Amino acid sequence: MDQESGAASAGSFISLNEHEQRYYSGLHSLCQADTSGKLSSSKVAELFKASQLPPESLHKVTEVCGAKRLGYFGTPQFYVALKLLAATQSGLPVRLESVTANLPLPRFVGLKNEPEMRYSTVPPGIEGQGAQCGAAPGSVSWTPAERSTFRHLEASVEKKEPWSPPRSPCSSPPRSPLTYRSYPYTKQRNGADAQMTYESKQSSRPIIQLEQHSSPNNYGTKSTVEHPAMARASSAERLAQQGAVDDSEDDPWRITEEQLEYYTNQFKSLQPDLGALILGAVAKNFFTKSKLPIPELSHIWELSDVDRDGALTFSEFCTAFHLIVARKNGYPLPESLPPTLQPGFMQQEEDIPDTPESAEPLIVFEDAEPRPSQMDRSILERIQPSLPTTKQDMKEEPRKQDAGLKRMTTSQDKQTLQLGAFPERPEPPHDLDPQMRTKTRPRSYSSTSIEDAMKKAEEPPTPPPRPQKTHSRASSLDLNKLFQQGTPGIKSGWLPPPPALPPRPSTSQVSHFINTSEKTPQNKVQQPNFADFSHFREEEESSVKPEEQGLRSRFGPSTEDLTNASKQEVIGVCHSQAPQKPVRRKYHPESQSQETAPPPAMSFPPPSKPAQKLLSRQKREIQMAIRKNKETNAVLTRLNSELQQQLKVVHQERVTLESQLELLRPLAST
Amino acid sequence: MAVCIAVIAKENYPLYIRSVPTQNELKFHYTVHTSLDVVEEKISAVGKSLGDQRELYLGLLYPTEDYKMFRKLHNSFTDVMCNPFHNPGDTIQSKAFDGIVSGMMVQTG
Repeated sequence: MDQESGAASAGSFISLNEHEQRYYSGLHSLCQADTSGKLSSSKVAELFKASQLPPESLHKVTEVCGAKRLGYFGTPQFYVALKLLAATQSGLPVRLESVTANLPLPRFVGLKNEPEMRYSTVPPGIEGQGAQCGAAPGSVSWTPAERSTFRHLEASVEKKEPWSPPRSPCSSPPRSPLTYRSYPYTKQRNGADAQMTYESKQSSRPIIQLEQHSSPNNYGTKSTVEHPAMARASSAERLAQQGAVDDSEDDPWRITEEQLEYYTNQFKSLQPDLGALILGAVAKNFFTKSKLPIPELSHIWELSDVDRDGALTFSEFCTAFHLIVARKNGYPLPESLPPTLQPGFMQQEEDIPDTPESAEPLIVFEDAEPRPSQMDRSILERIQPSLPTTKQDMKEEPRKQDAGLKRMTTSQDKQTLQLGAFPERPEPPHDLDPQMRTKTRPRSYSSTSIEDAMKKAEEPPTPPPRPQKTHSRASSLDLNKLFQQGTPGIKSGWLPPPPALPPRPSTSQVSHFINTSEKTPQNKVQQPNFADFSHFREEEESSVKPEEQGLRSRFGPSTEDLTNASKQEVIGVCHSQAPQKPVRRKYHPESQSQETAPPPAMSFPPPSKPAQKLLSRQKREIQMAIRKNKETNAVLTRLNSELQQQLKVVHQERVTLESQLELLRPLAST
Repeated sequence: MAVCIAVIAKENYPLYIRSVPTQNELKFHYTVHTSLDVVEEKISAVGKSLGDQRELYLGLLYPTEDYKMFRKLHNSFTDVMCNPFHNPGDTIQSKAFDGIVSGMMVQTG
């Protein structure tokens, strides 16, 4: 930043010392200068608000630095404004002359990104020390060790430090409890990080790396003061070792080992086979439990379902889960999938731990940069309200023990639930020791992570039954149409029951009557008794006409009762009556009850008919029974053909749909 | 290239409609609805064959230049539909869909 040395405003040349340079450059990057050098006015406004100066002073500052005249904040104006803010905070009047004084760095409260954190309460003395470490005197109880650590870190790994601005999700998406706990700490941390980042920025190292590192660091810092220090140290060391390509640790979008384990377990709870897909409906129910708003879940789905198939593979699931966790921790959702979250990445991680990380940070930065700075402030605000301290406490403990360990996502019991932790993870996943893990996880989880974790643990309950529209047709075809078409047909078939003959069953036949009442009216067995039975049957039918279906029901259950020939006929009829079985059964008891009623009535008719008359009558009855049987057969045949036709139609539809699907598939892939 | 893009639901309400703001939006909305009449007319002419529906849509557009556009739009539309979090009657809120539509709209700078 060449402008640092010469921030000219209204012709005055402002000289900045080293610390100021760094700080201001960090703030400058925070404010998202566009290509023409103008700073985002909203960011600047936020920064100004964070300085906790009265609005009048801010206006004055704006005016004095020349931004008001220009209408925008250019870099010189910005720097002058920062100086003026510092001056005002120190009590000096807001005038150009003030900026020439040797001022402390301006303090910004609530500014997630870097500068404020560190500088928030940094007295000038600290600055001299390279307070960049972020010794925020007030809020953070930085131990001297931390400070020294930070300095050390700075020296070793400038980039590593989580610089605030690029911290993409940083501020907010605490790795869960950690962040909450140490919100004030984190601020300081961020300050320290910011300092570091500033330094790193100035270094030749790509800022991107810095950002990446910083962001995870930020997460870490939030959780515990000590831990972040450690983490930074570790991360810094690692960076130094790795050549600063190890952005993975700091990258909030990188899935750590513990997170991976957790995701795996969750996936298994939904779908035991890791190689199979989780359907969209199942995933929807699962992720809805996270209580994120539906549009956000929709966006997450869009990001994670890479192959656009409406289902999630394991890697897609991890991506989605990770995004959800990040979101719950306050990280804003990216517009596009970060490289570290892409499905192929996880495998890369396992195979080539180092190289992918080195390559990806750069990319991630590009994506993350614009977002983090925006998000940081909002995230901070968001995080603040909901920070349980339990997790933080837990994390603190292991952290304390981890003094020298790198920050690794911790796999503490409760922390396993905290998925958001992206603290620098050891490059080879298998290198993660439990110790390391516990240590490195600190910053990741937001306070809500525990709750989320619990929820997520409970999440995969069996999804509620989904309405299956596609099946409606089938159901309608099978049941509705059948009933609609079948029953009328059958009813019509049964409609012409034999005319009501005077019931003349012999007493001997009464017993049969009950049995045969269930028989089909068309059972014209050649047996002589059958005719009498048919009498009964006819009478019953006439009396029970409305219960034609009941007759049919008789067919089903009454096969045993029939005589041989009639049995065969009945069986034949019963098969055709299969769809009607439930109806039949219902009628069965009714018919039985009714049948029992008539028989006693029928028993009364004079059994003493002349034999000859009986014979002729039997003949007639047999003929009628034959006719009825034929009619029934015709009806059933018709019904059968109709059903066959419907079946064909359904088949055709199915084939059509399948062909459509086939056609659409190549389209979807293009 | 396109001045107005709209996705109309079965119930004749727009799930998504966007036009280049410099133009008369209302006029475009009317045009969209009249174009629906054309579509309906063509549908009724084709018959009940379900398989032709898709071809019908592809063929309705001027197949030369707009084919790609429609295909892109249709692809992104199916992506939106595949999203389990999307309720079929809702307006389309997908950012990816918006992005694609914006890419297809007339770039008036």
